Amino acid sequence: MTTARRERPAETGTPIIEVRAISKIYAGGVEALNDISLEVPRGKLTTLLGPSGCGKTTLLKIIAGLIPATSGEVLVSGRPVTGPGPDRAFVFQDFALMPWASVLRNVAFGLELRGVSRSERDEVARRHIAEVGLAGFEDRHPHELSGGMRQRVGLARALAVDADVLLMDEPFSSVDEQTRRKFQEDMLGLLSAHGKTVLFVTHSIEEAVYLSDRIVLLSRRPSRVAQVIEPEIRRGDDPEAIRRHPAYLDTVETIWQGLKRYLD
Amino acid sequence: MTEVTPSLGSRKTGIRPARLQRNRLADLAIHPLTLRLATALILFSAWEYAGRLPVSPAFPGFVETMIAFADMAKDGSLLSALLITLQPLVAGLAISAVVGIGLGVAMGISRFTEWLIAPPFIVMQAAPMAALIPLLVFAYGIGLASKILTVCIMAMPVIVLNSYLAIRQTPASLIEMGRSFLGSRAQIILKIMLPSASPVIFAGLRLGAAAGFIGAILAELLITPTGIGDLITYNQSIAEYPKMYAAIFSVIALSVLFIEGLGKIEAAIFRREGRKA
Repeated sequence: MTTARRERPAETGTPIIEVRAISKIYAGGVEALNDISLEVPRGKLTTLLGPSGCGKTTLLKIIAGLIPATSGEVLVSGRPVTGPGPDRAFVFQDFALMPWASVLRNVAFGLELRGVSRSERDEVARRHIAEVGLAGFEDRHPHELSGGMRQRVGLARALAVDADVLLMDEPFSSVDEQTRRKFQEDMLGLLSAHGKTVLFVTHSIEEAVYLSDRIVLLSRRPSRVAQVIEPEIRRGDDPEAIRRHPAYLDTVETIWQGLKRYLD
Repeated sequence: MTEVTPSLGSRKTGIRPARLQRNRLADLAIHPLTLRLATALILFSAWEYAGRLPVSPAFPGFVETMIAFADMAKDGSLLSALLITLQPLVAGLAISAVVGIGLGVAMGISRFTEWLIAPPFIVMQAAPMAALIPLLVFAYGIGLASKILTVCIMAMPVIVLNSYLAIRQTPASLIEMGRSFLGSRAQIILKIMLPSASPVIFAGLRLGAAAGFIGAILAELLITPTGIGDLITYNQSIAEYPKMYAAIFSVIALSVLFIEGLGKIEAAIFRREGRKA
């Protein structure tokens, strides 16, 4: 599963995902994406940001191999994407947890589908449940958890399959504001500890600037890459200091000016 | 009406136990069993009152019917009749459950099967299927086969359509989740679609069982009088109305118990997993 990574030691910054001239026209003629090309650097957090309905999620699902592109191709670690693969794990906007299954089974589900033995997958799942701060909740069911806790389960499930790339589709949009900030900080720590590459979809400018190494701004439908921004923000600083830092505020302002013309 | 922090004073004066007792009485008053018994009491009183008026000489009161019921239960005629009625019923329901859930799931996971099978079942659910019983007798005679088929045509449409809609209503994001975590089609059906659909499939089974009871009695009244159907028609013909009503009462009671039992089985399977009702 991880042979490709072993052969070529992870060089942070080299592209792990290459999107080449992707277009998507839905049945019925709605043109969602128009000739999108972009690169996602290995080991970094890249954000897809754009006005709502611009096709960010469509692009993410094409990269995940969940829906086919009309034209163009996506390469992950140099190999073309033809469907979902073990190198990518998805975190869903609505969590996509099975309501009839415990937290433990939900987190272990990716491994269960791969035929990993029960004891082995439970052990891996317990480790990741503890990592996202849900130790003690293994036997609870999703309806007993808050929105933020449910998304932590979704994150643990994605981490448990040990994919190189995490694809996150507006993971915090159903989580309340206070929980979101804490969760964002926890997530940043966790992802850098694991050296994961993350492609993150959001419509929140602040979230994008706070989290990202690279922001890809998409225009309104049919979507094109409008701008690529790399915020000059030092990670590891006090999170509150980052949010007050002039570079942070400037970047938010620049993006807002860029996005404003797409609003009616 | 919950007391959060009992104050010192109330403990001294002993108000708290009294209030607790009142709460317990209130809880008992709204307990589902109490409500059901109250409903039954009102219904049976009205029945007794109507019997004593009398509404019709052919309408016995509740007490008279229950005496007849006890007599028939004692001499074994009720039990042997119920056992006969249960044969086409159980066979028909078993066939309907297996075939119905199978067809419904097949329709839920494949557009082609849906196109092929859905229309006749939608028609069947809307049509008065009892009208087809003479046709069944013409094709399959007056034996057990016709009666089993009567149960099937009554019970199957709702089981098929519920299973099909339940599978179709599996949240799209759960299916997407299964695919993104590399689930095969079989895994997605078995581990995601079926568990997600099971409450609605069970609801279909309960409705199907109720319809199947109607089918079994219809078959016994319209095809050949056997079992409970025989008790009803025979006692009607010799004007033994209390016995006739006792037979009707017995099959209603059996149907209610059967469907309650299905509900209990469902609860035992799914509530244990912590799913919200």
